[in-house]
Amino acid sequence: MAFDTEPKRDFKVVGRRVARPDGIDKVTGRALYGADMSAPGMLMGAILRSPHAHAEIVSIDVTAAVALDGVKAVVTGADFADAMDAATADVRDNCLARGKVLYDGHAVAAVAAASGAIARAALDLIKVEYRVLPSVTDVDLAMRADAPVVQAGRAVEVVPVGLSENVTDHCEFGHGDPEAGFAAADLVIDRSFTTAATHQGYIEPHACLASMGPDGKADLWCTTQGQWAVRTACSAILGMRASQLRVTASEIGGGFGGKTTVFIEPVALALSRKAGRPVKIVMSRTEVFRATGPTVASSIDVKIGMTKEGRITAGTATLRYTGGAFPCGTVAMGAQAAFAAYDLAAVRTFGWNALTNRPKEAAYRAPGAPQAIYAVESVVDELCQKLALDPLEVRLLNAAREGTRSSYGPTFEAIGLEATLEAAKAHPHYAAPLAAGQGRGLSCGFWFNFGGNTSVSLTINTDGTVGITEGNPDIGGSRAAISQMAAEELGIPYEQVRTVIADTSSLGHNDVTDGSRVTFAVGLAVIKAARDAIAKMCARVARIWGIDPEAVEWVDGAARPTGPNAGTFPPMTLAEIAALSFKTGGPIAGHHESNADGAGVSFGVHLVDVEVDRETGATKVLRYTVFQDAGKAVQPDYVEGQMQGGAVQGIGWALNEEYIHDAEGHLLNPGFLDYRVPVASDLPPIEAVILEIPNPGHPYGVRGVGETPIVPPLAAIANAVSRAAGVRLTALPMSPPRVLKALTAQG
Amino acid sequence: MRYARPETATEAVGLLANEAGVTRVLAGGTDVLVQLRAGSVTPDLIVDIKRIAGLRAITPEAGGFRIGAAVSGAELGEHAALCALWPGVVEGCNLIGSTQVQGRATMAGNLCNGSPAADAVPGLVAAEATARIEGPTGPRECAVADIPTGPGKTAVQRDEIVTSIFLPARPARSGDAYLRFIPRTEMDIAVASAAVNLTLATDGTIAAARVVLGAVAPTVVLVTEAATALIGNRPDAATLATLQAACSAACNPIDDKRGTAEFRTQVAGVLAKRATLIAYARAGGSL
Amino acid sequence: MKTVPVSTTINGDAAEFICAPDETLLDVLRNRMGLTGAKEGCGTGDCGACSVTLDGRLVCSCLVLGVEAEGAEIATIEGLATGDGLHPLQQAFIDHAALQCGICTPGILVAAKALLDKNPDPSETELRYWLAGNLCRCTGYDKIIRAVQAAARQMRSA
Repeated sequence: MAFDTEPKRDFKVVGRRVARPDGIDKVTGRALYGADMSAPGMLMGAILRSPHAHAEIVSIDVTAAVALDGVKAVVTGADFADAMDAATADVRDNCLARGKVLYDGHAVAAVAAASGAIARAALDLIKVEYRVLPSVTDVDLAMRADAPVVQAGRAVEVVPVGLSENVTDHCEFGHGDPEAGFAAADLVIDRSFTTAATHQGYIEPHACLASMGPDGKADLWCTTQGQWAVRTACSAILGMRASQLRVTASEIGGGFGGKTTVFIEPVALALSRKAGRPVKIVMSRTEVFRATGPTVASSIDVKIGMTKEGRITAGTATLRYTGGAFPCGTVAMGAQAAFAAYDLAAVRTFGWNALTNRPKEAAYRAPGAPQAIYAVESVVDELCQKLALDPLEVRLLNAAREGTRSSYGPTFEAIGLEATLEAAKAHPHYAAPLAAGQGRGLSCGFWFNFGGNTSVSLTINTDGTVGITEGNPDIGGSRAAISQMAAEELGIPYEQVRTVIADTSSLGHNDVTDGSRVTFAVGLAVIKAARDAIAKMCARVARIWGIDPEAVEWVDGAARPTGPNAGTFPPMTLAEIAALSFKTGGPIAGHHESNADGAGVSFGVHLVDVEVDRETGATKVLRYTVFQDAGKAVQPDYVEGQMQGGAVQGIGWALNEEYIHDAEGHLLNPGFLDYRVPVASDLPPIEAVILEIPNPGHPYGVRGVGETPIVPPLAAIANAVSRAAGVRLTALPMSPPRVLKALTAQG
Repeated sequence: MRYARPETATEAVGLLANEAGVTRVLAGGTDVLVQLRAGSVTPDLIVDIKRIAGLRAITPEAGGFRIGAAVSGAELGEHAALCALWPGVVEGCNLIGSTQVQGRATMAGNLCNGSPAADAVPGLVAAEATARIEGPTGPRECAVADIPTGPGKTAVQRDEIVTSIFLPARPARSGDAYLRFIPRTEMDIAVASAAVNLTLATDGTIAAARVVLGAVAPTVVLVTEAATALIGNRPDAATLATLQAACSAACNPIDDKRGTAEFRTQVAGVLAKRATLIAYARAGGSL
Repeated sequence: MKTVPVSTTINGDAAEFICAPDETLLDVLRNRMGLTGAKEGCGTGDCGACSVTLDGRLVCSCLVLGVEAEGAEIATIEGLATGDGLHPLQQAFIDHAALQCGICTPGILVAAKALLDKNPDPSETELRYWLAGNLCRCTGYDKIIRAVQAAARQMRSA
């Protein structure tokens, strides 16, 4: 796509803190989420899950379950289609196991019954004979040649000698000669880090309602980040044609990447197909933790050389990630993002993924980047400490900027890292005094951002209002931002625009709400659709006035004559044009379909102060400030909200959140009691400072903002804790027992 | 499952005694409903004791207070006189769960759940509280300290219910305190905890002390060595160091997902030390 | 399982329902009364998304049996707005962008109202501890705290 090169404009609607259109529904309890929909004759579904982390399924006997009064259907993996691409087959086998169960909680069979209680009772009647196999959940152990093999035949083409068949992915990025760089350094630090798997922790469990008729046509209501992705996966897994399945996205109670795939949806469809009745499945919180995607767990080595003036001479990183029981490419994103904040002459990153007996990874906000950048930013901080350098000045000295050849290949265009660092340096937080036992941490963060396939429709209603139909579930206020951009482009008040999110039969394909893409890509498509509608309106007006369409321009919500030969006509407003539309050629609508490019990378810097209790190892977060380049903040409240929310998810990751497995691979903490997401009383105010360095790839300069803010907190907190404690922490989470142990060892 | 809502303790005990299957007594329900949801218990009969006369009352008695078994944590926290007399006991109860859980959870329920990490229990044991237990042969009194017998196990029989807990009067110059360690600031189960109950002599030295630890053994631990360390002294650095060592020595914890044995042992002593200072200040002592 | 008839008051209106003895109040509200504003985030009292008041006391409706509601007064998110006007808390949540996905919002509004009924001028610390049982994964809580403070200010001056 050609980049727009437009003069900097004064916005009328964009940039205002407007009320979101779905606000009233969501504060009154009226908004309908995944579990809130019912259908006449509806059955309730329930899923039987493996009690073992790794076992061969010798047999499944459903006879007794089928015979129970009220049971209408029982399905297993055998009810799904056989032929599909490998990635979809992995999704299928994750929804209902085939041959082997690969992790504690892996779905094995499902029941639809007249009530949830009957369905659950029926699960107890399904007899599954397992042959339990040795399991592995630790990534470093899984890579060893003697590790239990999670899935045979999935290894990278050539498994290096000494590594396990569990190694499924390998990648390498970088440029220059790191060895020469290390030789030129005054100090080289080489450290190893680990990060635990964490869960997105959305408060709404997965839920869906599926209804398939005997003609094979089906409707599916579900909580998802992308109804088209659900349709694609489900139609393949069920062996249906896409046109036979209509998917409607409910309001979504959080996703953070975790609702970009399917878990229960194909199961509900298979049950409905068999029972001939609508089937609803709602996961319990335990099921969410056991069987939906956490992020990768990682083990990382980082080596960085620095001169005594603070210039980084070289950096290398080796990332070992595990995305659970199925191949996972997330490590490539970590390997690309690791050093993205730096302008380096020599950099190299290597990535490996290994299979383990853990749930299948699902995307989690900037997937792969927080772990890698945590490790790199920790080493940079330690170099600064040991060389007695200011960590912010060192970041500025080495910062990637426009024209920098990035560590992963492309050359950066206009980027906001330097401006963000300068803003942090100028902020009172950076100069505020610290008391004894307190420490200040700093980290840069980065995310690529994404554009992707988008299809929108914009209708000019005859009363002069405007309807927008778009296809991306609104996960944090995007309906407001999209309405604002349409109002801006059309020159009408925000209140006259209503944006709705359509089902899969109403628009062309839309990629999922991910990659921080919606405000950028859907916004861009809406602007183009508005321009399409404007062109049509100008053509109608030209006919009314009897002049060339080129002699009509659109200014402030109205068509005006322009140019020497246009004549003089009073402007015709959008409402006037709309009112006449039936007489001038029929309804007026604008459309836009594209695969958007030019998303524009995003950088952020986080500053945090903590206090460590030296007797208990507890960390208290005292002050937190987020600085981030938003390109253009369309609705600043919701940009700040992304920055604050991402920061707090990162704080949880840094301090307390982790998947805990026992020696047999059972998940020990599948609930909010022991999987500890931050609560309100854990946190200080989170200050958000928005910078606006326009993205040249968007007419209004918009960049995605959703993912970058989860990247810096891990290292920012680790650096703050390490400075407060006087000992370098290299494993996440920095839970109190771990910190106390480090303090005790230090003496 | 059947649900019964008796109006007298005798009726409740009769229902329990006559039920051959699995029974559960329901007060605040914050443990029972979690067990039902997890499927870890499938009762045949639930006996809701909240409508039994007197079970939702806090009644002054002999200079102390009798607290009905169905009084919620929130109600305890709103009772000014009780909070003034036994602040440490109330703060322990008020740490159980969220505001929402406080609206329902009871001290007696916390006791009868038998968790080694129960937040209400160390303070009650430190206070030498007693429980009144209604059974087939009538009521009996039992020291709270004797009720927990192991994780999930108590001395309350299946045909008995705790109807009230009695917190005694206390001498002048007394104070108590409870502290627990959790990884977050709220919403967690105690990884280690300590309750301290002190009475001071007129000269500001400690005349009587009870130090109780939670979550560091199968039941709460009364650490007499810690009390001995305090008695006759002020909580100066040396005394506190002795107390802390005595507490750590009394720990017999497990490693689990919530914390290591090593961590619990270390932190229990720290909490006892800190709780001592709070209790001492509440008793009117100054260092 | 034999169902039990229950008479109660929901949002000021008399309401009768039948439920199984092991059915939670949350399931009754959602599945039998059509009041889906209270959400199930965990079913174990750890997230607060199902918050309602029972005889004026803030509770998790997932930790209450439906049969326990006999004779009780229940208030849910659906009863917070009166007539065609939003409660000041609801308006403040919209004005201060205190929700992103909105799934925790009903529970937080019910909990915040219970606090302001009891304490019209809570400190930020009191507010954060009161709401500690209401998990929000989107906002980092900051804008929620600002919104409740703003609503409290407005309610005090009204």
